[in-house]
Amino acid sequence: MALAKRIIPCLDCDKGRVVKGVKFVDIRDAGDPVEVSKRYCDAGADEITFLDITASHEDRNTTVDTVSAIAGQVFIPLTVGGGIRTLDDIRIMLNAGADKVAINTAAVNNPEFVREAAERFGSQCIVVAVDAKQVSAEGEPLKWEIFTHGGRNPTGLDAIEWVKRMVEYGAGEILLTSMDRDGTKIGFDLALNKTVSQVIQVPVIASGGVGNLEHLVIGVLEGEADAVLAASIFHFGEYTIEEAKQYMASRGIEVRL
Amino acid sequence: MNKVAVIDYGMGNLHSVAKAVEHVGRELGEETEVIVTPDAKLIASADRVIFPGVGAIRDCMAEINRLNVGQIVEDAMKTKPVLAICVGMQALMEHSEENEGVDCLGFVQGNVRYFGDDLADEEGKRLKVPHMGWNKVSQTQAHPLWKDVPDNSRFYFVHSYYVNIDDATKITSTTSYGKEFVATLADDNIFATQFHPEKSQIVGLTLLKNFLQWGGQT
Repeated sequence: MALAKRIIPCLDCDKGRVVKGVKFVDIRDAGDPVEVSKRYCDAGADEITFLDITASHEDRNTTVDTVSAIAGQVFIPLTVGGGIRTLDDIRIMLNAGADKVAINTAAVNNPEFVREAAERFGSQCIVVAVDAKQVSAEGEPLKWEIFTHGGRNPTGLDAIEWVKRMVEYGAGEILLTSMDRDGTKIGFDLALNKTVSQVIQVPVIASGGVGNLEHLVIGVLEGEADAVLAASIFHFGEYTIEEAKQYMASRGIEVRL
Repeated sequence: MNKVAVIDYGMGNLHSVAKAVEHVGRELGEETEVIVTPDAKLIASADRVIFPGVGAIRDCMAEINRLNVGQIVEDAMKTKPVLAICVGMQALMEHSEENEGVDCLGFVQGNVRYFGDDLADEEGKRLKVPHMGWNKVSQTQAHPLWKDVPDNSRFYFVHSYYVNIDDATKITSTTSYGKEFVATLADDNIFATQFHPEKSQIVGLTLLKNFLQWGGQT
C-alpha cells in the first residue's frame, strides 16, 4: 500500500495570531499564521489545519483575510474550523481558499447541517470535528461522550454512535480530539481512535495529546489513524515536521518524504 | 501575456487552482492572467483552459449541461491546451457509476467506477474510501507535463471513483490503491489528472508550470 499517512500541523488562531493553550488555558503566542503555515508547508507538512478560536464576530473578518493569505502561499490542503455555523460561513471560507471546513458545535446543535453542507459542497470538503471524553469508569466497558465548548459542555451523545451518524450524513473525514488528552503531551487516546477508525469508512485524523514522535507512530500503528494532528510539538520547535516524518518512516510507516 | 481560463460552473472551490496558477505564473516571470468564468467568449479568448470539478458527478453534469460547458471544452480542445482536474477528468468519460449512473461528456471512451466498499490492500487489510491523501504516481509514458516531475512522486488525491479507459495508450500514469487505476491521461490537446496538482506542493506546481508552457502537443 502506498498511500501515505498524513502529518497535519494545527494552528489555533486568535485574532490573527497562532496560539496554543494547555487544556484551553495558558495561551502562548506562537507567531504569524501565514509565516508558520509556509514554514510547515516547506518542511513537508501534508496539510494545514487552521482552527479559529476568535471569540467575537467582528474579528472573524481577520480570519477570512488570514485564510486567504495562507491559501495564496501554501499549496497543500487547508482545513479551516472554528465558528462554522451556516452554509454561508462555509462558502466564505471556501471562497477565501480553504479546501475543507471543520464543523463541530454546529453539527451537535443541528446534525442536519452536516447533511446540507455535504450535499451543497460535497463530502470531500466537510470534516466533522469531534471532541470526545471518556465517561466510563475504570473496569466498565469503554465509553466516550461528545463535549462542546472546549470540553466544558456535555451533550449526552455517545461518541461512537455520533461519528457513525456524521459519516452517514456525509462527513468526508473525522477530526477526532480526545479532550482527556488535549494539551497533556501523554499521547493519543488510542482506544478511542481505534474504535472510531474501525467503525467508519472515511479517514480519521487523531488529535489531542501528542508530546513526542513515538506518539505519532503509535497513533498510526495502534490507533489506526489515517492522519495525525499536532500543534505544540511543532510550534515551539521541539520537533520539526522533517524529523517527525523521518522517524515515522524509520518505523515502517509510509510517509511523503 | 499568457491567459488562462478556469471554467467556473458553480461547483465549489476554484480559488485554489486559480491561486496556484497565478503563483507559478509569477515564478515563471511571465505575465499570466487567470480568469475564473463560465463565459464561453472569455474562455474562447484564453490561451489555455482548466476544466476543474469537485463534488458529486450528478450535480457537476447538471451544471455542465445547463451552462453548455461540454461545448466550451470541446471547442477549447480543438485549438488550445486543456487541463482537466479530478471530477473534470471524470466528466470527460462516457458514463459514471456515481449517483446511480450518470451520462458524462463522452470525449474519451471509458467509464467511471466506484472503488468499492470491500477495497483491500495486498495483505487483505481494509482500505478506506475516499482515497484521500498523498499517493505515488507512476509515469507510464513521456509527456511534456512530466518535465522535472520525478517518477513516483506523491500527489494529493481525494476521490471515491476512478476512471476506466478503453484505449490504454492514452494513459500517462497510474496509481495503486487496492487496484491499479488511471492517475492521468492525455489525448491530443488535453491532459487530465485524477489528483489535485494545485494541492500537491512542489510536484503539483511543477506540473502546472509545465501546463503554462505546453503548446498542446505530445
